[in-house]
Amino acid sequence: MRPIRVLVAKPGLDGHDRGAKVIARALRDAGMEVIYTGLRQTVNQIVNAAIQEDVDCIAVSILSGAHETLLPKIANLLKEEGVDDILFIAGGVIPEDDIPSLKERGVAEIFTPGTPTTVTIDYIKENIRR
Amino acid sequence: MFREDVLSDLKEEKKKFDEKTEKLLEKRPERKKVFNSGSGEEVKRVYTPLDIQEMNYNDDIGLPGEYPFTRGAYGSMHRGRLWTMRMYAGFATAEESNKRYKYLVEQGSSGLSVAFDLPTQIGYDSNHELANGEVGKVGVAIDSLKDMEVLFGGIPLDKVSTSMTINAPAGVLLAMYIAVAEKQGISPDKLRGTIQNDILKEYIARGTYIYPTKPSMRLITDIFEYCSENVPQWNTISISGYHIREAGSTAAQEVGFTIADGIAYVEAALKAGLDVDAFAPRLSFFFNAHNDLLEEVAKFRAARRLWAKIMKERFGAKNPKSMTMKFHTQTGGSTLTAQQPENNIVRVTIQTLAAVLGGTQSLHTNSKDEALALPSEDSVRTALRTQQVVAHESGITNTADPLAGSYFIESKTNEIEKAALEYIEKIDDLGGAPEAINKGYIQQEIMDAAYTYQKEVETNERVIVGMNKFQIDEKPPTGLLKVDPAVEAKQVKQIDDLKELRDSKEVETTLENLKTACETDENVMPYILKAVKAYATLGEISDVMREVFGEYQQSVKL
Repeated sequence: MRPIRVLVAKPGLDGHDRGAKVIARALRDAGMEVIYTGLRQTVNQIVNAAIQEDVDCIAVSILSGAHETLLPKIANLLKEEGVDDILFIAGGVIPEDDIPSLKERGVAEIFTPGTPTTVTIDYIKENIRR
Repeated sequence: MFREDVLSDLKEEKKKFDEKTEKLLEKRPERKKVFNSGSGEEVKRVYTPLDIQEMNYNDDIGLPGEYPFTRGAYGSMHRGRLWTMRMYAGFATAEESNKRYKYLVEQGSSGLSVAFDLPTQIGYDSNHELANGEVGKVGVAIDSLKDMEVLFGGIPLDKVSTSMTINAPAGVLLAMYIAVAEKQGISPDKLRGTIQNDILKEYIARGTYIYPTKPSMRLITDIFEYCSENVPQWNTISISGYHIREAGSTAAQEVGFTIADGIAYVEAALKAGLDVDAFAPRLSFFFNAHNDLLEEVAKFRAARRLWAKIMKERFGAKNPKSMTMKFHTQTGGSTLTAQQPENNIVRVTIQTLAAVLGGTQSLHTNSKDEALALPSEDSVRTALRTQQVVAHESGITNTADPLAGSYFIESKTNEIEKAALEYIEKIDDLGGAPEAINKGYIQQEIMDAAYTYQKEVETNERVIVGMNKFQIDEKPPTGLLKVDPAVEAKQVKQIDDLKELRDSKEVETTLENLKTACETDENVMPYILKAVKAYATLGEISDVMREVFGEYQQSVKL
C-alpha cells in the first residue's frame, strides 16, 4: 500500500508557520508523504493542490483568527468539487467555543495548542477514508 | 581579573571538588545526566573564576553606558528612568482601538504600540479578496488616512511615543502618522516613536513581506534618509529577533540572526551614501524574553556587546550612540500554554525579570489568555501590573546590571556572543543576510531547532507545567475576546464612501508621481506622503509599488 499523503496548508494571510512546519516534519517522520504549500494560499489553491496531489488528508494551520471564514470555505469547495475521500483537519489558535460549529460545517477534527504531534498522527492514520 | 595564585589554588580545589562530587554521585546521582538551558546548551554544575579567567573587566565588561555596553545602554539605567511599559494592542476598527489606547494610557502605560491587521500589514485594502476573514482580527484595520485620523483622535502625538508594528508598508503608515500630526498642528520633528520596518525577519519568520529583497532594502534606506532629515527623533527600524525566537530559534541564533540582519541594513544604508553616524543612532532592536532567566539575561548582555564591537570595528562608527544597542522586549508568546492559563502569569513574571535584569528600554508583557485568543481587557491589565510590580516592588531596578560579575552570567554571556558571531560569519560567507535568506539557510536552522524542541516536549525531556506534566481536567475558558465579524463590512463600506468623496484626479496624479519615483532612484517618501494626504488607500499605494517592484516568492523548505 502506498504511504498516506497529506497536504499541509496555510490559508489566508497568516504568517505563523512554525506549527505547520513542525507538523509537516512530524508527519514525514511518521512515514507519510507531505506536501507543504507555503504561506498565503487561497481556498481555491488549497483545494486544487489537494486534488492534483491526490492526497488523503488536508491539514490546515491557522492562527490569525480567520478560521470561521476560511475553514468552512475549504469544506464547501471540497463538497462542490465532489471530493468525499479527503480527510479535512485543522489546527491553531482556535477557541473551544468555535469548534462545534466548525465541525458541523465540515472540519473533521481541530487540534488546539499543546496537542502532541503523535495525537494528530494517530488521528490521521485512524480516520483517512480509503 | 583574578590573581594568578588565586587561580592556581582554585584549580587544585576544583579538581578535588570534582573528584569528591563524582564519588558521591555514584551513591546518589543527580536528577539528570545532563542539565541543559532553555536553548539546549549544557550547563555545568558550578561556575568559578576559572570559567572567565581570560576576561578583562575594563575591555569586556566595563561600566553601564560605556563601550562595549555590556552592562547597559545608559549610565543610570532604570534609576534614571524606568523602561517604557508599552503594550501592543489593536483590533477591530480604529474607533475600538482608539478606546483601548486611551484605557491603557489611563492605566499608566507610557507608550502606545499599534497592532495592525494582516491585510494592512501586507498592503491590501479591506475589500481585497485575500483580506476576507482577516479584517480587524490580529490588529486594527487601516485603509486610508481617514482611519488613522480616528485611531489617534484625542491623543496628542507630541506627548506620546508610538511604536507601529509595520514592515513592508512601513513608509505608508509613517506617512499617515506624519499627516495626522500635521492636522493636530504638530510638526514631524516633534514626533517620537518607532516603525518596525524590518523586512528581513519577515522573510525569515513572520511572513508579512510584499516586495523582493532588493527593492525592500531600498525602501528601508529611503526611510532612514527621509527621517534623518525630517523626523529626527523617530526610530526608523526595530531590528527584530523576537519573531525569530518565536519561530523556534535558540537564544544564540536569536542574537546571531538579528545582528546579521542589522549588518545588512547598515551595509545597505552605507551603499546608498549615508554616513554611519547619521543613521545608526536611530537603529533600535527588539528581542524576546523566554523562561530560562539567566540564559536570557546573558543573551541581552551578549547582544549589546557584540553590536557595539561590530559598529565600532567593522563599520568605523565614531559616535558612541551609533554603538549603543537600545532594545524593546516582548515576553515569549510561544512559551504560553492554553492549559491552565493562569500559570502564564508566572511565566510572564519570570520573563519580565529577565528583560529588566537584561537592561531593556521598553517592554510588552503578554496576557495569560494569548494561547487562546486576543487578550481581554482584564488580562491585559494583569500583564501591565506584572511590569509595575517588578518596577516598584522587586528592587531590581535600584542598580544597573545587578547580575554582572556572576561567574555563570559572564561565562554564559561570552558563550552566546561566540556562538552568535559564528552564525554571523557563516552568513557573511553566504553573501550576507538577504542572500542567506534567499538560499533558505536561516529558515532551515531555525526549523531544525524548533523541531528538536518539539520532540523534547513530546518525550517529556522538557517539562511544560500543566501541559505535559501536572495536567488537570479543565473546563473550556470563557470570556475570550471576539472580534465582531461586522467589522469587515464596515471597513469595506468606508472605502466605498471615501472613494466617492475624495478628489480622484489628485489621487491619480499623486499615484502616478509615486510610480515614477519608484522607477528612478529618487527617495519615495515625499511621494508617498502626497498620495496619503490625497486619501489614496494603502492598497492603491502598495499596488503601484507591486507593479514596479514585483512580489517576493517564498522559498518553501521543510
